[in-house]
Amino acid sequence: MNLYGYLPLILRGMVLTVEVAVLSLLIAMILGLLGAAAKLSDSRLAQRIAGVYTTLIRGIPDLVLMTLIFFGGQIIINNIGDQLGWDYVDVSPFVAGVLTIGFIFGAYMTETFRGGILAVDHGEIDAGKAFGMSSRQVFFRITMPAMARHALPGFGNNWLVLVKTTALVSVIGLQDMLYNAGLAAGATRKPFTFYLVVALLFLLITAVSDLGLRWLNRRYSVGIRKV
Amino acid sequence: MDFAVIYNNLPLYFSGMWITIQLLVLSLVAGLTLAFPLALMASSKNFWLRVLPKTYIYCFRGTPLLVQIFLIYHGLAQFDAVRESFLWIIFREAYWCALIAFALNTAAYTAEILRGSIAQTSAGEIEAGRAYGMSNRILYLRVILPSACRRAIPAYGNEMIFMLHGTALAGVITIVDLFGAAKIVNSRYFVPFESFISAGFFYLCLSFLIITGVKYAERHWLRYLKV
Repeated sequence: MNLYGYLPLILRGMVLTVEVAVLSLLIAMILGLLGAAAKLSDSRLAQRIAGVYTTLIRGIPDLVLMTLIFFGGQIIINNIGDQLGWDYVDVSPFVAGVLTIGFIFGAYMTETFRGGILAVDHGEIDAGKAFGMSSRQVFFRITMPAMARHALPGFGNNWLVLVKTTALVSVIGLQDMLYNAGLAAGATRKPFTFYLVVALLFLLITAVSDLGLRWLNRRYSVGIRKV
Repeated sequence: MDFAVIYNNLPLYFSGMWITIQLLVLSLVAGLTLAFPLALMASSKNFWLRVLPKTYIYCFRGTPLLVQIFLIYHGLAQFDAVRESFLWIIFREAYWCALIAFALNTAAYTAEILRGSIAQTSAGEIEAGRAYGMSNRILYLRVILPSACRRAIPAYGNEMIFMLHGTALAGVITIVDLFGAAKIVNSRYFVPFESFISAGFFYLCLSFLIITGVKYAERHWLRYLKV
């Protein structure tokens, strides 16, 4: 079972898919924390900006955003580059893909984290303040760890959707597993076989993530009384 | 930025939008119709009745929509049996392939939403129905399904938005939907910002339309939950 010699190519694409997914998850988590902090802050301006961010992202298809950033980013960067006297810069589909997916899921993470933070028992935060912690210490030592449990189901859901969204990077020419499967399908005239393999590999990633998320859930629920 | 190009191409955008709306409405209607029997079977106590719909839901929710579209549009042509049958009239058209993929995909997500809300029906409601001597069929028709459908509205609203985003993938397989129109304008005049931002704007309008509709539906059918 070597898939007409194309198995290594597909697996290399799968590694790239996972790379894109993990990197964009990191960006999404950072943006999500910032967004949640902005939405829960006292500043009207920060609330407004975060509100526009999440509404825009949830209203526009990911594919449109991705092509916009891929083709448009190219122009912006080269306009800036012209001013600074750089050579022509090619925006790689990898960077465009990771940035777009991170940017999109940052909006979903914002909502997830906001919900998680709101679910933290206020007494715990008051207790931290009573101990004389600065608000930064309260956030990193109390709110974050306590929020993780509440945010985990939403977080897991976002991750699973994110993994599937990575398939879109093949549209802007990144050689992920779907793109490579297309190459193999064209060469062997066996498109069904190759796309089916890609589908199964996606199911594999989802199944493994499910196990990981279950483990995390157990870990973060330690000490929670179950009825 | 020069939006005159967009203004001159508005008819193209509008015809694309019409295709997008067609794809969205038809796939949602077909998906919803399929989802009911799937959800009822998936919530059955009988393992053999539940295993097929559960597998179907798992596979379609676990793989990217783009892969599903490719499997149907590019993949099925691999089989001579399909190419020689009368079905080829359908499967050689990108439009029908996209529609079938969308309908099958949203059917799986909708079935899972419905299954979840059926499982959440409070035991008291079911016991009350049984106490009145309702048969299983009557119980489902008069108690479980009405209450489950109400509770499914918010999640189904999200699914409709996701499906709207999903229809943009039709543009990848040569259909001139809203995204396809933007792609044409971009490649003809090389105006990535104007073309994709306009498409994004139209998608945003459609999203708001759906959100407003869902809000009205919630206000009507979930009024008893408002304090």
